[in-house]
Amino acid sequence: MEYFFEILLGGLTRGSIYALIALGYTMVYGIIGLINFAHGEVYMIGAFTALIAASVLTLMGWNQVAIIVIASVVAVIYSSCYGFTIEKLAYKPLRRAPRLSALISAIGMSLFLQNYVLLAQTSNFLPFPNLIPEFEFLKPYQHMISSSEIVIIGTTAVVMVLLGIMIKCTKIGKAMRATAQDRDMAMLVGIDVNRVISVTFVVGSATAALGGVLVASHVGQINFYMGFIVGIKAFVAAVLGGIGSIPGAVLGGLVLGWTESFFTGYVSSDYEDVFAFLFLVFILIFRPAGILGRSETEKV
Amino acid sequence: MLKIVGLNSYYGNIHVLKDVNIDISEGEIITLIGANGAGKTTTLMSISGLVPPRSGEIYFEGKPIQGMVPDKIVSLGICQVPEGRRIFPYLTVTENLDMGAFLRKDKRVVKNDMEHIFDLFPLLAERRRQAGGTLSGGEQQMLAISRALMARPRLLFLDEPSLGLAPLVIKQIFEIITKINKESNTTIFLVEQNANLALKTAHRGYVMENGRITLSDSAENLFSNEAVKKAYLGL
Repeated sequence: MEYFFEILLGGLTRGSIYALIALGYTMVYGIIGLINFAHGEVYMIGAFTALIAASVLTLMGWNQVAIIVIASVVAVIYSSCYGFTIEKLAYKPLRRAPRLSALISAIGMSLFLQNYVLLAQTSNFLPFPNLIPEFEFLKPYQHMISSSEIVIIGTTAVVMVLLGIMIKCTKIGKAMRATAQDRDMAMLVGIDVNRVISVTFVVGSATAALGGVLVASHVGQINFYMGFIVGIKAFVAAVLGGIGSIPGAVLGGLVLGWTESFFTGYVSSDYEDVFAFLFLVFILIFRPAGILGRSETEKV
Repeated sequence: MLKIVGLNSYYGNIHVLKDVNIDISEGEIITLIGANGAGKTTTLMSISGLVPPRSGEIYFEGKPIQGMVPDKIVSLGICQVPEGRRIFPYLTVTENLDMGAFLRKDKRVVKNDMEHIFDLFPLLAERRRQAGGTLSGGEQQMLAISRALMARPRLLFLDEPSLGLAPLVIKQIFEIITKINKESNTTIFLVEQNANLALKTAHRGYVMENGRITLSDSAENLFSNEAVKKAYLGL
């Protein structure tokens, strides 16, 4: 039974990360109908930024709590700037171009960022300090869950709730939904659609960067390639839950996380990715729009 | 109030609007009639900035507005109820109305305006928490007009408001249009295929054929014009 809970919590941690990154994919897709393949790279850049910030602060002798907070904030802000710039450089000029062009541009941006970090930081795995202290109260359960896992799950939950409130209640959130549903009409009521798109990229990048910092601290090492496979998995999670849907991204992330964990825990760890993608194919056969996705209907 | 001089617009390489001249004075109801594909909707989209014109000038209260971004044009007081209503399908009725007031900062007055709209359309009040996409065609048209009114427009464009609606609902919608014009002195630019109804509602009219304005006159004169009768009124 303990083994079961261990796997359950491991899957929850993994799923939280997927969900956190899937949010960025799904929000961007919802608004401009584009798969932002450079999203995984923003996550990677978030981790590198946090590493640099944490190293500098450690040398300066700051205390641990300050280091975690400042490193995360710096990573989030810096990556958001990347997200903003990526959209302006790689996608905005192609707004009225065929979708395929923007997709190719996204893949190009992803490769560019990977190689740029490769040149700057080499291909070596760099050790990442464990920023999250061991919690006293977790001592008796530490074989089941570590404090960094608790922080990952907790942070994800908080981010989800905040994001939910933002989308549901704030003016910019409503404008985001309106733009996702009918962009031309959004312009006709006076919404500055370019601004809405920028905000979407910034918010998506911020959550990805947060995910990058948390994972790097949990795993203990980073390199330029870390965003690729996680990015693909998060994309799978977004599609699984129904791309364009925010609750779908969360659900898809969790479902994918648990699927992988249980398969790894009870069957074999060698075919983890195979099983993840097999599961995607299986779901899409029965629900082509994803678990919570809605198929388009139009009233004439 | 709105003056369009020598407007030319394109969709890609297709020359849609050819030297269009239109003049609208404050407080008028002006109609633009014409067959399918004549360029009526493109005219509206060009003024609203969604299809930026390639040449020509558009003046709103004496200031040139061609080349401005759509949200800037809305902020000047030009609002559109587009063809097919374009309700945000997954936003509630209230949220749709909120979007109409997107550029307004006077929250309290916006709230009053919304209550006023709900008084005007009790059906919408009943469905205020319902998603826009679940309303009937007539209710959606009322919501679309209300959404535009939430911006307190000075010049209101209506594109085919009668499209796909039952005769009784159409009658209601046109009564509302007249009421808006009279009560708040909102200038209205009405694009319609239903020339009969449009000419009965409007003060003046323009006839568009293949992207050109071919006739312009008072609504009464157009109504009795032989060519218009034959082509658009089916008399």
